[in-house]
Amino acid sequence: MEYTEKVLEYFRNPRNMGKMENPDGVGRVGNPVCGDVMEISIRVKDNRIEDIKFETFGCGAAIATSSVVTELARGKTLEEAEKITNQQVVEFLGGLPPVKKHCSLLAEEGLKAAIADYRARQARKKAG
Amino acid sequence: MIYLDYNATTPCDRRVLEAMEPFLKERFENPSSLYRGSRENKKAIEQARQQVARLLSCAPEEIFFTSGGTEADNWAIKSTAWALREKGNHIITSSIEHHAVLNTCAFLVKQGFRITYLPVSAEGIVDLEVLKKAISRETILVTIMHANNEIGTIQPLTEIAGLLKEKGILFHTDAVQTAGKLPLSVKELGVDMLSLSGHKFYGPKGVGALYVRKGWRLPPLLHGGEQEHGRRAGTENVAGIVGLGEAARLAKEEMAEEAVRVRALRDKLEEKIRQSVPEVIFNGHREKRLYNTANLCVKYVEGESMLLHLDFEGICASSGSACTSGSLEPSHVLLALGLPHEVAHGSLRFSLGKYSTESDVEAVAAVLPEIVAKLRAMSPLWPKER
Ligand SMILES: Cc1ncc(COP(=O)(O)O)c(C=O)c1O
Repeated sequence: MEYTEKVLEYFRNPRNMGKMENPDGVGRVGNPVCGDVMEISIRVKDNRIEDIKFETFGCGAAIATSSVVTELARGKTLEEAEKITNQQVVEFLGGLPPVKKHCSLLAEEGLKAAIADYRARQARKKAG
Repeated sequence: MIYLDYNATTPCDRRVLEAMEPFLKERFENPSSLYRGSRENKKAIEQARQQVARLLSCAPEEIFFTSGGTEADNWAIKSTAWALREKGNHIITSSIEHHAVLNTCAFLVKQGFRITYLPVSAEGIVDLEVLKKAISRETILVTIMHANNEIGTIQPLTEIAGLLKEKGILFHTDAVQTAGKLPLSVKELGVDMLSLSGHKFYGPKGVGALYVRKGWRLPPLLHGGEQEHGRRAGTENVAGIVGLGEAARLAKEEMAEEAVRVRALRDKLEEKIRQSVPEVIFNGHREKRLYNTANLCVKYVEGESMLLHLDFEGICASSGSACTSGSLEPSHVLLALGLPHEVAHGSLRFSLGKYSTESDVEAVAAVLPEIVAKLRAMSPLWPKER
């Protein structure tokens, strides 16, 4: 199986890795049984993703794609970030082995889950 | 490069290469032809047959050369199944076999054979009582590996053979991981067929052998010319066979000493990991296992990510994680031990060999704790508050 240099680089030196104190939204996707879990946390200011972090249990592709999706989303408005697709993540990395495509999907879903969680929290705040 | 993946394959011994070289160059004649060079090459094959026979303490006529372990397994299982179909359609194997056996059995299921996959204990050993109960009047073949390639656990073949003999059921073993590593006697093991592979003990790839006990006329799998007494057609891989023979000779001479040295290194590696990496599970029976194999699960991290970091440090190892198997399931062997999926995903295998040194062990011990710490720091499963 071949990883591109870019995948290896993001795996080795992942950007935006770590836990966030008091995030505004958190998305956790995947399942330890399947071998990958991603958690993406966002801080939102004026409808923009001001800060974003990830934690991942998984293979090289899982770690690289979660890091890349955080890079792509940082500074974007929520609406822009929601449009980020796994295909963009794959293209950014210069390709992924076919068996690893699901990792990029998980990264996309993780980001969407974090945004959805943020929106749900906002809705609750308004209501409560 | 620090190579700790000897169960995957081994480098050719220099002496094996030297023995092979003439057959890749000037001694190219077809061993089935009539002229002198051919007769000499035929002799070289027969010498290799003796060398392999000595490794297994059997007669040379009981050794048949194949293209490797996979072919030997396929041949033993398929040809036995087809030959004895009238007698019964039931085959017993274990749940931790190599895919060469498992997928051959799966293929036979499609042809109406019934397969029982024996469970194993948490240490990876088959239970004789369960085997006894699985045997039926329909059972024609039992195929159970000698040592497992992932965890190294060694099965009680002699005891199993004892159970089968009285019932007249044929017994095959995949000894690909023990041939050349352990002293083997097919008589003592009590098997009717045994597979081995050259590249697992410093011979070349693409060559192996099947031992077939005298008295069991296993029909051929490959039909064609009269090579191997008509039992395995195809112009012989002369260089490969000569290399396999030389590897067998060297193994027989040197394995006792190697075993002591490699076991000490393996034990040291395990001890160092035990001391420096928390939350690690060591897999496989503590005593009844290959002296060169260390298999462990590092909790809260995934195997492939550890392998990649080890590779960055120039260390070659392997893992039974789903990501390295190209499927979504982690190793069937680790799951058969009863390990939860998420733990099995974090497996690492170090398998040592002839060229492994103290400094290889030190190198792993120097980098593994940091690699694990780094990956755990980014794992959402790792309880960070402790
Ligand atoms: C236990 C076992 N059986 C069979 C094989 C297949 O042997 P070969 O690679 O020679 O086909 C291997 C190694 O890959 C093995 O470890």
